[in-house]
This record gives sequence, C-alpha cells and structure tokens, in this order.
Amino acid sequence: MHFEYHVESGDFINAGSTSSAVKKTLKQLNVDSSIIKRTVVALYEAEVNIVAHAYKGTIYVDIDQEAITIRLVDEGPGIPDIDKAMEMGYSTASPSVREMGFGAGMGLPNIKNNTDRMSITSKVGVGTTVEIYNKLQ
Amino acid sequence: MKTKEETFYHALEFRKDLCMGCSHCMMKCPTQAIRVIDGKAELNPNRCIDCGECFRTCPYGAISVKQDDFEKIYNYKYRIALMPSVFTAQFPDKVTYPEIYKALLSIGFTHVYETENSVDCLVKPYNEYIAKSEEKPVISSFCPAIVRLIQVRFPTLVDNIMLIKPPMDATAMYIKKIFEDKGIPFSEVGIFYITPCAAKIAGIKSPATDEESLISGVINMDYLYNRIYREIKQNSFGKDSDEENFVQMSKQSLYWSLTTGEVRIVDTPHKMAIDQINNVIEFLEKVENESIEDIDFLELRACYQSCAGGVLCAGNKFMTTDRANKRARRTSPNSVENVDWEKYADYIESNCLLTGKVEPRSIVKLDDNMVEAMKKMKRINEINNLLPQVDCGICGSPSCQSLAEDIVQNNADMKKCIFVQKILQQNDKLGLPESIDLMKQTWGVGKLDKNLVHEIRDEIEVDKP
Ligand SMILES: Nc1ncnc2c1ncn2[C@@H]1O[C@H](COP(=O)(O)OP(=O)(O)OP(=O)(O)O)[C@@H](O)[C@H]1O
Ligand SMILES: [Mg+2]
Repeated sequence: MHFEYHVESGDFINAGSTSSAVKKTLKQLNVDSSIIKRTVVALYEAEVNIVAHAYKGTIYVDIDQEAITIRLVDEGPGIPDIDKAMEMGYSTASPSVREMGFGAGMGLPNIKNNTDRMSITSKVGVGTTVEIYNKLQ
Repeated sequence: MKTKEETFYHALEFRKDLCMGCSHCMMKCPTQAIRVIDGKAELNPNRCIDCGECFRTCPYGAISVKQDDFEKIYNYKYRIALMPSVFTAQFPDKVTYPEIYKALLSIGFTHVYETENSVDCLVKPYNEYIAKSEEKPVISSFCPAIVRLIQVRFPTLVDNIMLIKPPMDATAMYIKKIFEDKGIPFSEVGIFYITPCAAKIAGIKSPATDEESLISGVINMDYLYNRIYREIKQNSFGKDSDEENFVQMSKQSLYWSLTTGEVRIVDTPHKMAIDQINNVIEFLEKVENESIEDIDFLELRACYQSCAGGVLCAGNKFMTTDRANKRARRTSPNSVENVDWEKYADYIESNCLLTGKVEPRSIVKLDDNMVEAMKKMKRINEINNLLPQVDCGICGSPSCQSLAEDIVQNNADMKKCIFVQKILQQNDKLGLPESIDLMKQTWGVGKLDKNLVHEIRDEIEVDKP
C-alpha cells in the first residue's frame, strides 16, 4: 500500500497530521501497538523537522506485510554535517521555533531510537531525504 | 465457555416498542456502535462503551438504563446505600442532607455511606503509582466509559490506565471490612450503588479487569431522586440535626467526582483534566500520536461537568456542580473524625490496587490477519471514494466511511446508499420497487407507507393546475 502526504514549512498547526494518518492505518491493520508507537514517534519527529527546518516536503509511505518504509523528501537548506545533526542536543532551531516547544536537538536521535533502520541523505541548498524503516511483524 | 467479549455487559437497553428509528442516537454515538435496521436502532455490543450519549439524545425515551429491582435490597439483612456525593447535590437547597439521609433509611436502607469516603486513603497510592509508572501519561480509571473507550478505540493506551480502585470500589471494600470486623458475614451485607450513569453499572457488572465487584446491585439515580424527594415531602423528618453530624468528608473527597477532582490530589504539576467524551477522544488522539509531552497524569471523564452531568442525574449539571462546590467549601480541609481512619486507612491503602490487567478490545482493526486487513482497507477506500460523503445516514450507517466498512465486513450492501440508488436508476440498473424495498429494509415499512400519498397530496396540492 502506498500513501503520499504534503508538508508545508512553518505549519506547526498541522505538523503531526501525517503521523496521525499513518497511526490510524496501522491500527486498522492490527499492527502490534509497540511498533505503532515507535513508528509514530519517529515519523512525527521527521515530519516536524520539515516544518521547522525546510521549505516544503512530501512524505511517501509504503506498507506491506513485512514492513513500513517512509521516505520524507524535502526542499530546504539541507544538513551540512549529518553526524553532528544526529548528536543528542544539537540544534540550529531559531528562537521562534524554540518558543513553540521544539528545538531540543532530540528529534533525529529519537528517530534513530525508534526505528529498525534510518538513513539521511542531504545536499546543502537543495534538500534532505530521511528514510525510516520498521518491521511490522 | 463464553469469551469475555461475548459476555460484555451493557446497561443501555434499546426498546423496540418505543424506538421511532429516527437515527439521532446513531449519529451521536462516539464509537459508531449503532445502526438502523428495519426501522429500529440496533446496538453493536462490541463497540458500545456505555457512555450514554444515545440515552441523552433519544427524543422518544426509547433507550433505558437497566437497574436492579429495588426489592433486591431485602435479600440482605444489612442494606447499604452507597451514595455518590452528586446525588445529594441534585436536590434544591431547601432539602437538607439529614432529610435525605433519613429518607434513605425510611425507604429501606439500614446504612448510608458516601462513595467518596475512601478518597483520603487513595491520595498516597495515586501519587506513588504515578511516580512509579513507566507508561506516561497515567490515565485515571475512575470513569468506566473512558476505560472502555480506551479498550476499543485506543488499544495502544491500555497500559496507561491506572490500576487503582476508584472510590466506589475502595469504599465497598472498606464497608466489607467494617462489617467483617464486627463478626458479620459479608453474605448478609448488600451494598447498593446509586448510579449517576450507565457506565458505572457496566463497570460493576463486568469490570475492566478480572477483579469482581463487591457491589451487590445498582439503583438508578433518577429513580431514587424521585423516590427520596417524595419521601421527604410526605414525611417530616425535621431539619434539626446539623449537617456536620450526617457526613463529614474532606474537601478533596467532595471535589473528587467533579471535573479536576482528581488532578487536585495529584502532586505532579504535569497533569490535566478533560471532560466530555468528544473532548476526550480529540485529546487521546494526540496522546496516541505522542505529540503531547510531559504529562504525568490525565483525569478523563465521559460527561461534561463529570458526574454532575451523568445521564441519570435529575438536576441541572451546573446547579449540581455549584451545590457540590458549596458543600466542599463549607467543609473543613482535613479528613473525617467520625470514621476510624487510623484503623482502616492502612487497609484501604494497601488493598486498593486492581488486580489483573485491562485488555485491549480493538474495534479499529479490520482483521486479525494483516494481509486480510490490507485487502479490506483497500476495498474500503475504493468504496468510500464512490460514496457522496454527505454522511446523511439514510443507508442506516452513521457515515459514508462507516457504510464502506460495513460493506467490506459483509454487514451492508452498497445499494443502501440513496445516491448509489439514484445513479443506478438513471442507468436503468435498479428498478423502483427494488429501491423502495431497500429503503424499507433500513427504515421499516411505516415511514414509506404507500397510502400516505393521500395526506401528502393534500399538503402539497400536486393535483392543482
Ligand atoms: N529536514 C531538515 N532540513 C534541514 N535541517 C534539518 C532537517 N532535519 C534536521 N535538521 C538539522 O538537524 C538539527 C538536529 O535535528 P533534531 O531534530 O535532532 O533537533 P531539532 O529539530 O533542532 O530539535 P527537536 O527535534 O528536539 O525539536 C536541526 O536543528 C537542524 O539544524
Ligand atoms: Mg527536530
């Protein structure tokens, strides 16, 4: 099964709508609740990163009986140093983003902790792609 | 052996003789548990959470709340009225607490205990539980409709439900102990809970964990309100003895069943109280998405204004809340002197944990088997895309989405959709008799009676030139 969702920069009001939709689907598929939780946490963080740091993006979700694969492709500033971005507590969030309760630098580490596999590719000035993979069984 | 699901008790009873098939209840039900078939509302017991929204909305009084026969109290030598504080709060100010108390004895009870009597002893266990729990937020188990809502609609959150006995059960346990300590066997003691709602009844008759309730029966609050009021009017019990001698409960006990009653006693600053079933659902969606951080405790209640807004409460919910608040304000802040807390506090504190586990009973999953579920989901989406998204309910399901699900789960026919019928008719794929038959299957014969044409013709005057 394949789904696509669009994400706009700065739209914190709707940040989380993709994770909500994916959660609903996984519940309907009777996926184990701990896997749902992990997937939803990871997706939510990745979704908010597009809203907070990029200009716009598309989220591609593929589900089969083995696994869920999510690709978040954004147009944005890109990440110059991915290793550094993955460090706990590292953040370049602006003060206005921090005021909204984001910007603790915990997002990417959280994605890693809640997925079986994740990868980031990024090109400065072009955009970032985050891929998340969780087994469903 | 019956599985738990099959024996799941519901206090709500749909009366076919009174049901007009108006579908108000179907449209209001927060778990889409109701369908209209053959002109009558039908309840799906696996989806119902006993919140009572259908009861509240039914214009014809066709939904009732099953209670125990009042005479059942006489099966016991000691007949205890276990009375939530919102009961007394419903009476007008001129009715005093001692009068209510005396009236309860006069109609047959031998003892009266207030449900919230055990609240002071639950404070410590509550806070310890929250501090220790790994599943945050801890969600209160006080409101049985909320526990059931989580079981069926938010199965990923069942482990967040607090496994502590609500005051109703903690007080019942305490009453049992008092009588046993006096050497009276518990078989001679009948505890009758005066319920403000259907959910409490369901919670007593089929508890969320496998722990049996100590409560022997339930009396509906609206019934008892009338009976007690009449008893007071017909007797002169005297208002002499002052309120203090009747029941003395702490402020926190008296606030308990009102909204924020529980968050008051919780030490953590990260806590919230939410009432009204749809508000709760909206919030739990967020909790389930993990998009809400730093909440340790959630007090969730199915009714607006919590128990003061219970479906069986006779009084106006705001007046009831106001009266309950006034009583709490008058009371001294600390707990009771006329109850032997020294002796029983420890007992309640160390026995108030619920044994067993709350099991999920998902109504969201489309199939146990994931491959099957995927197939069904695909078909549901395909069908739903063909439906008009008007959510008119004419098909007998509460929304187009529900109809699509019902079709895929083999509980409905796509031709039940009036728009689908019209599309087929335009292409000569469906005849008028069949279309009328389909409507009759859902709405019964009466509403589509051919002979009504005469009256209708008079009204719209179709025959006039
Ligand atoms: N999609 C993205 N586009 C550009 N930069 C990104 C993107 N995602 C992450 N980053 C960069 O990586 C840093 C670390 O991301 P991470 O999600 O761990 O923390 P954060 O978003 O700053 O704060 P938090 O997620 O805790 O609210 C960000 O501050 C940002 O500089
Ligand atoms: Mg982030």
